[in-house]
Amino acid sequence: MPALEDLYREIILDHYRSPRNRGELAVPPARRVEGFNPLCGDEVVVYAEVDGDKLADIRISGQGCSISQSSASLMSTAVKGLPLGEVREVIRTFKSMMSLHEAAIDEHGDHGGEDGEHASGTSGDSSGEGGPGEEPVDLEKLGELAALQGVVKFPVRIKCATLAWNTLVQAIDEAESSSGEE
Amino acid sequence: MAHVKSTIQEPGQPQGASSLQGASSPQGASSLQGASSLQGASSLQGADAPGRRLDVDRIRSDFPLLARQVHGRRLVYLDSAASSQRPRAVLQAMDAYYETTHANVHRGVYAIAEEADRLYEQARVTVGHFIGAPHPAREVVFTKNATEAVNLVAFSWGRANLKPGDAIVLTEMEHHSNLVPWLVLAADLGLELRYLRMDDSYRLDLSSLDRLVEGAKLVTCTVMSNVLGTIPPFASIAEAAHSAGAVVLADGAQSVPHHVTDVGSLGCDFLAFSSHKMLGPTGIGVLWGREDLLDAMPPFMTGGGMIRDVKLDGFVPDETPGKFEAGTPPIAEAIGLAEAIRYLTDIGMTSVEHHESHLTAYAEEALAGTLGADLRILGPAGTVARGGVLSLAYRDIHPHDLAQVLDESGVCIRAGHHCAKPLMRRLGVSATARASLYVYNDESDVDALAEALGKAGSLFG
Repeated sequence: MPALEDLYREIILDHYRSPRNRGELAVPPARRVEGFNPLCGDEVVVYAEVDGDKLADIRISGQGCSISQSSASLMSTAVKGLPLGEVREVIRTFKSMMSLHEAAIDEHGDHGGEDGEHASGTSGDSSGEGGPGEEPVDLEKLGELAALQGVVKFPVRIKCATLAWNTLVQAIDEAESSSGEE
Repeated sequence: MAHVKSTIQEPGQPQGASSLQGASSPQGASSLQGASSLQGASSLQGADAPGRRLDVDRIRSDFPLLARQVHGRRLVYLDSAASSQRPRAVLQAMDAYYETTHANVHRGVYAIAEEADRLYEQARVTVGHFIGAPHPAREVVFTKNATEAVNLVAFSWGRANLKPGDAIVLTEMEHHSNLVPWLVLAADLGLELRYLRMDDSYRLDLSSLDRLVEGAKLVTCTVMSNVLGTIPPFASIAEAAHSAGAVVLADGAQSVPHHVTDVGSLGCDFLAFSSHKMLGPTGIGVLWGREDLLDAMPPFMTGGGMIRDVKLDGFVPDETPGKFEAGTPPIAEAIGLAEAIRYLTDIGMTSVEHHESHLTAYAEEALAGTLGADLRILGPAGTVARGGVLSLAYRDIHPHDLAQVLDESGVCIRAGHHCAKPLMRRLGVSATARASLYVYNDESDVDALAEALGKAGSLFG
């Protein structure tokens, strides 16, 4: 049985209570993209200001559960000021962490047959406190974001955790495609 | 009870009761049949008198799923407004049907096909009697769920009877299933939608009722809100609607499982509800409609089973209700639903109402006592004209987080917008945490809820 403490780590609760980079940016130059979780009504609004090939600034608004809002806050601190290539790398790493099973198949074919994690998220405890042998994701690279790995054990909540990230992807996609047109 | 017995022995179905009993009794007589046929005046049978308390332990023992443990704890199921659990009698009736009787209905000329046909049509009559239908054999249409029942009215009655500029009156409290079909129809036909609003006491503001129904062709309203528990004065709304010449559709998804239902007293022309919220199986719902309205309506889905004749250049539909049941219908589910109705009727719907009313009052008191002003119930205070649905807001803890923490204590509630986003906006929230009560819940479930909410308070405090 996954423990509640795996989900509600102290870092997550801290970012939920005191969200970082909360607010809005002037549009333009920033882009404003809304993300919704239609199942639960959670809403994340990402303001992303892209300057050249850098994510110069980011702000988050919206409302939702502790997981969606803390994930957005953690994301903002992780990507703010980074070149877009590195932003995409952080996004990729984070999303891999959110889909451990698929990542295990992709990157460690020999582990592909073991789908204890995938079945319901209720059986495996191995990824609890940094069992790096099982992890296809470099958690050190994720820093504080690694606190969100416990979400994987609560499959229904993965959508909460990825909401801000999918919204950010859309924002920088739009920024890059529009700069390509100009 | 008595009147349900009479439905299955109605003239025209003389073998009714015996074939069903015969079908289920090889399974060792379900607990329900045991209760009604052997023990006569048991705690279930004949208990339908105001003030009689339900024997919840006994009822709970009829529900196999409720014996389950979750996270090492007793399952506390408080999500019946989303879907109820079902008693062994329902499961056994469906099993027995599949094991002894199954054949497609309306086609076979052999013994088991005729039995299947009879059981299916008996189920229709049982459903009809349960809601006081004047012509149960002809006015009950089996659908997939309540949503499909509303869609049937919108598509069939709506397209045949409405024209651009016509008005429909609905309410701010509707479930999406009684809202989106009308949004679609309004966009397609160019209809005007008018809304009864909610007032600050979580009830419908009826001050504009007469003005809103003026000239309207259809008025539709929930009989009980799935979010607030509010029970609007449906009969008054229907009366005003009829005075204005409108047809009235009742969304009974939340009310039929919990309250005595009589389509005549409600004053509706159509009533939609679902089986899985009233101890029956998923996959079947009901549309009751006034016979003359159904007769005049074109088919909804088309294909096999709903026709009288087909030629290469056209078809003649079957009579009501067959013309609305294209394809092989949910036969086992209809039999399961009829068994669920027998179970509820043996408890007695008046007793069900009283039980839930008592438990709602207990919950209001217990939650306020344990959690104080940190807890708000988004719904009418007291138990008058309100059902056992409690939408909770606890401090500023998000409903999803509440539900997650409650799950650890084995307490099942629902977090979300409950398919009522316009109402969520009116309430100024994106979601609520909803606990809902039924016949198998008692004070200990409410206590478990209060205790688990307290734990959530500590975690997020």
